[in-house]
Amino acid sequence: MASNKKYWKSVEELDPSNSIVETLKQNEFVEEIPVDEFLGDKENLEASSTSRRDFLKYVGFSTAAATMAACEGPVKKAIPYVVQPEQIRPGVANYYASTIADGYDFASVLVKTREGRPIKIENNADAKINGSANARVNASVLSMYDSMRVQGPKSSGKYATWEELDTEVMAKLNAAKASGKSIVLLTQTFASPSTAKLVAEFSGKFGNVEHIQYDAISEDAALNAFQKKYGKRALADYDFSKADVVVSFAADFLGDWHGGGFDSGYAKKRVPSNGKMSRHVQFEANMSLTGANADKRVAVTPSQQKVALAKLYAYLSGSSVSGDLPEHVDAAVKNAAGQLRKAGKNAVVVTGIDDENAQGLVLSINEMLQSAAFDPKAPRLLRQGDVRKVNKLIADMKSGKVGALIMSGVNPAYTLPDSEGFLEGLKSIGLSVAFSMKEDETATASQFIAAAPHYLESWGDVEMKKGYFSLMQPAIRPLFDTRQFQDALLKWIGDDKTYYEYIRENWDASVLNGSSWNKALHDGVFTASPSVAAMSSEGEGAKAAEGAEAEGADEEGTEGAAPAGDAAGMARKLASASSSGLELTLYAKTGMGDGQQANNPWLQEFPDPITRASWDNYVTISRADAEALGLNNRHVANGGLNGSYVKVTVNGVSLDRVPVIIQPGQAKGSIGLSFGYGKKAAMKPEMQTGVNAYKLYEGFKATQPVTIEKVAGEHEFACVQLHNTLMGRGDILKETTLEIFNTKDAKEWNVTPKVSLNHNEVEATGVDLWDEFDNSIGHHFNLSIDLNACTGCGACVIACHAENNVPVVGKSEVRRSRDMHWLRIDRYYSSEESFEGDNEVVEAISGLGDSLTTFGEMERASENPQVAFQPVMCQHCNHAPCETVCPVAATSHGRQGQNHMAYNRCVGTRYCANNCPYKVRRFNWFLYNNNDEFDYHMNDDLGKMVLNPDVVVRSRGVMEKCSLCIQMTQKTILDAKRDGRKVRKDEFQTACSAACSSGAMVFGDVNNEEDEVFALKKSDRMYHLLEHIGTKPNVFYHVKVRNTEKV
Amino acid sequence: MKEVIHRNSISGILSISLAILLAFSTTLFGQEGDPGKGKQLFNANCAACHKLNQKMTGPPLAGVTEKQSREWLHKWIKNNVALRKSGDPDAIAIYEEYGGAAMNVFPQLSEQDIDDILAYTAAPPPSPVAGGGADGQVVAQDTSSGISNEVVLGALVLVFAMLVIMLVLVNKTLMRIAEAKGIELPEEQKKRLPLWKAFVKNQFLVLVSVVFLLLVSAYFVYGYLMQVGVDQGYAPVQPIHFSHRIHAGDNEIDCKYCHSSARVSRTSGIPSLNVCMNCHKNIMEVAPETGTAEHSKEFYDGEIQKLYEAVGWDVENQRYTGETKPVKWVKIHNLPDFVYFNHSQHVSVAGLECQKCHGPIEEMEIVEQFSPLTMGWCVNCHRTTEVKMEGNEYYEKIHEELSKKYGVEKLTAAQMGALECGKCHY
Repeated sequence: MASNKKYWKSVEELDPSNSIVETLKQNEFVEEIPVDEFLGDKENLEASSTSRRDFLKYVGFSTAAATMAACEGPVKKAIPYVVQPEQIRPGVANYYASTIADGYDFASVLVKTREGRPIKIENNADAKINGSANARVNASVLSMYDSMRVQGPKSSGKYATWEELDTEVMAKLNAAKASGKSIVLLTQTFASPSTAKLVAEFSGKFGNVEHIQYDAISEDAALNAFQKKYGKRALADYDFSKADVVVSFAADFLGDWHGGGFDSGYAKKRVPSNGKMSRHVQFEANMSLTGANADKRVAVTPSQQKVALAKLYAYLSGSSVSGDLPEHVDAAVKNAAGQLRKAGKNAVVVTGIDDENAQGLVLSINEMLQSAAFDPKAPRLLRQGDVRKVNKLIADMKSGKVGALIMSGVNPAYTLPDSEGFLEGLKSIGLSVAFSMKEDETATASQFIAAAPHYLESWGDVEMKKGYFSLMQPAIRPLFDTRQFQDALLKWIGDDKTYYEYIRENWDASVLNGSSWNKALHDGVFTASPSVAAMSSEGEGAKAAEGAEAEGADEEGTEGAAPAGDAAGMARKLASASSSGLELTLYAKTGMGDGQQANNPWLQEFPDPITRASWDNYVTISRADAEALGLNNRHVANGGLNGSYVKVTVNGVSLDRVPVIIQPGQAKGSIGLSFGYGKKAAMKPEMQTGVNAYKLYEGFKATQPVTIEKVAGEHEFACVQLHNTLMGRGDILKETTLEIFNTKDAKEWNVTPKVSLNHNEVEATGVDLWDEFDNSIGHHFNLSIDLNACTGCGACVIACHAENNVPVVGKSEVRRSRDMHWLRIDRYYSSEESFEGDNEVVEAISGLGDSLTTFGEMERASENPQVAFQPVMCQHCNHAPCETVCPVAATSHGRQGQNHMAYNRCVGTRYCANNCPYKVRRFNWFLYNNNDEFDYHMNDDLGKMVLNPDVVVRSRGVMEKCSLCIQMTQKTILDAKRDGRKVRKDEFQTACSAACSSGAMVFGDVNNEEDEVFALKKSDRMYHLLEHIGTKPNVFYHVKVRNTEKV
Repeated sequence: MKEVIHRNSISGILSISLAILLAFSTTLFGQEGDPGKGKQLFNANCAACHKLNQKMTGPPLAGVTEKQSREWLHKWIKNNVALRKSGDPDAIAIYEEYGGAAMNVFPQLSEQDIDDILAYTAAPPPSPVAGGGADGQVVAQDTSSGISNEVVLGALVLVFAMLVIMLVLVNKTLMRIAEAKGIELPEEQKKRLPLWKAFVKNQFLVLVSVVFLLLVSAYFVYGYLMQVGVDQGYAPVQPIHFSHRIHAGDNEIDCKYCHSSARVSRTSGIPSLNVCMNCHKNIMEVAPETGTAEHSKEFYDGEIQKLYEAVGWDVENQRYTGETKPVKWVKIHNLPDFVYFNHSQHVSVAGLECQKCHGPIEEMEIVEQFSPLTMGWCVNCHRTTEVKMEGNEYYEKIHEELSKKYGVEKLTAAQMGALECGKCHY
């Protein structure tokens, strides 16, 4: 079958006379190669003194020189102390109890220092309130080593000395005093008894002084409501460990609501014990961390929330209010009311609705329920900001009534919606001083920048809750020429004392009541005995009266707020809430909070627990609304997530080009946007991400009517989780309901997967392809993760970063899925109403075609899905797939259950990562330290001070992963050996387990029967991730139990 | 070297003669006390605060008998407190001059003892410098024997070279004689192939020698590569010449007195300068016999001055100036960043001697890296070393279980798991 087919590439080829064809045959390159361009200039070439030979000589010489230079090791210097402080031993960590109080985050913490520099923040177990560090507090240690900090006092933009600043400020203060204009101290919430006393003394000296406290994210409504009812400007405290039923109206109490710190109490009740756990119902618009943890979450818009709360009150009190609610919401409210009534004093209602009536009503409801979890007697003092005073200040500034403005811990030029008005007013003031760590928006506009120290360099005291005191002490000598606000005030009132001496005197006189100062400082916390607390509350009679006076003004100021006692009146007012069009809820992200630490790369790279996006803020919108507006999210070829842009307009103020993320669970008719981004001043270029939502914070109201319109372009997100649903894979994240958990055998709700062995179905855990490791001798470490207790807060993620020197890689690298987090918290949505529904759908699939379409549909999360969090780190498999494929045996198994990783041995084949079923191995694509391409913290001397000297900083081209904090377990063992004792009960810890305040992560030695983890491993709820693969991990999970019982 | 020896011997002779002279002269004046005994008493009782010619905590005592009456001195030494209380102006003056540092009372000293001490202060007997000279001689002998070895070797080489030359010459002469006598050498000898051509033709030989050469070069290349980054013997010059020989060797100071961190910490700790000052507040100069041929007493005294400068110690006024200059020591033992080594594990728990890894540190004038600090070196030790478990409650359970498993009573570090990667690399 000879063929005379002619194959041709172009039509021209068929024409034999075509000259091009002939040319091409002869010469591949039709056009002359332009060698002339670089060799043609003969004159120039000849004129050059460098001949080709010379060039080669240079190359040869420099190569040889480089080689020779490499032969000699560098000379390393070691410089000991001249006089070594007694407490410091190089190589041994010291811990100091201190307190963070930056106006937004308040927590009693332990500061781990090495060779005199703080390297990590840990929880203070002695603290009875806010003793646990959240993600931001964990990251705060890096904020101290921020290279953008202002290094000394500045006067009109130039560095000055403190003496110069003092004289000028004193002169101007006296001038202001003489002119009769007011002197205003605009500060963060200090909640500090000593600062309050000091400010009073300052007022005494200068007369016309006004102290205005200002919270960037205001809780004014709650403060006003509480003040009206109880006469003290504070926030009610709640103990969720005493609540069997929690009904929350938009209160993100696992976030920063009321100053945060509620998660440990909440988590205690979430773990089923004796067949009981709490039930949590959440009504909210944005999908918050709290809502994600709720047993029942109802998505309602902000205005509907108010109506729902009013209705709840009506159902509870037996009265009735008008107001329309969608049927399912109404049913949910009714249901919640029933459960509340049933639980009686074991129930609690909380709200985050930014409305005084709502806040007042909730106080009344809790009183009505006689809720045990509700504590108005010893309230929280963590938010003190007063919106009216701030508004009045700006008006006064513009009208020239303010003679001097001294600011500390605030950045109104960034956080005020009307920052232009503020800046304009600032110009006309005789004296403006900003105590600031940064040359931020406010500081640069002020006459003087008083360089302020970080809290780890300062003294201070905090009364977080009435009668609960904590102390802040420096853990390092100030890095720069800084002075704290209180020290400056002391200086300006002519007092020679340091603030430390001042606090000490004040505590001896009015706080300690004879107790030891040293002990209080050592513990970091001090709880006043009840009699003292009572005394001080008596002493507050005067203050309360003062409060009442202020209240008089309040009632004039806030229109539409019903009087404190009139719950029905408040409910009526709430019920009348309505809205047409979209409503915006402004919120604080878990990672960024109010944006003080926006220049902290750990926090920027921290993936949001809900959206899993890092390095951004964005509008969250429901799918229905997005589709109506033509907004979309899509995955592009490199795996990145892209989203549309919108223009967000609130009351004439608009933000152009805000990216959009379609958020399952977002209430239809509402959108969300987080604070804390869009900061420009004193920020590294990479860190200037997102948009400034404070611009929309009109009247300090977190909810606003809003309009959005699509604008052109597509935003590139750095989202670390691209597949959002569980797709019915219930064996990854096992779930059951409390009812089934209580009534059925564990085999039914904690199913062990089956595999076929010799044509028989047997339990996968019983089959082994490999010889079993003998782990019976010595320690055998296991990590237990209770999915019921885990709230997804992410403190462990940052703690892991700090402990293990995990590098920050930046937005574009994260987008390429090259994030380096050793510990990730996977967040799954259900595709149906619940995960159980997912399982049913998957089981009902028949045939290939059906499976394709069904699974395709299941990739979409439900409108209001169930959410589950699952922290995943290296599972430390006893039969590790990574170990068998490493060609150089860089990863190997340890006898203590840890899967070791010898970085110096790794050659970077990445076989291990490919073979890891859990996808927990991270590859160093680049050199992340000492590399200016990664301008975060590992490239400057200051930022490097945070590195943990016990853990190596990895280099380019090696694989890294969780080591179960082997440096910590080894240290514990060594401590025991040195003391000649056994390892104590629960002495073994990892960074994540130590950071976990909810008790979800428990680490220990399963060969030690005393350890908590020993009992946890025996629990019915215990299962391993991907059990059917037979990897036999040393990390195990506890089945998540949901309390879905209906009344 | 020779010059040094020369000078030393001269100074030795000089000092000996000086000693004789002085000893002779003291006998002339030392009527009231025995300076020899006095020296012992001085060192036991006074030397902590006094020197003869230098201010310390107390005033210099040389010639004190000329400044004060003997009677007064006796009273003062016996009980200076009582003397001051009695209102003696001199006593109060000297007390105040030295910043109110109270001197101990010495009721145990007899009058004769005090006379002995005073005799010593008036005219101290010469220090036995003869020893220094003897040292010098020893050093000289040592070095000369070193040279002689080389000379012997050189001579041998020379002899062999001469022999070879002689052989060649003899051969040439014989040839010439043969030629002259007309004896014809066999023809084939001239036709024989040159050696290298024969070698090239023999392929087997070529192959064997190439293989041999390759193996040899591989051996050397491997050897070269394996020592890259191994700094065994590294003995850098330090900013202050600190002699471990004097401190740990001659004075037998426990290593962990200065390197106290080794007991509890990962690092052994370079002693901070305040630790040096515990002793060197009083020791301002070395004893004359401490000086060696290589490093004289003056040299060592100069190094102590460097310490004072660094720590900011004003010798004149016996106080700290507060101006410090931290010392930049050159680090000798450098482990790579990816290795975790903990001193306390080895020193406190295992009870190892420092010398096990650091070598005869007490003999080192300049510290050098004794061990290679390679992983093979670590691992070999872990394989063979038995873990010290007795009396440590931590090991009770694991010892019982592991000794049953391995059927041995004593367990090596390796059996405890000390060979696992993650024990040192994280």
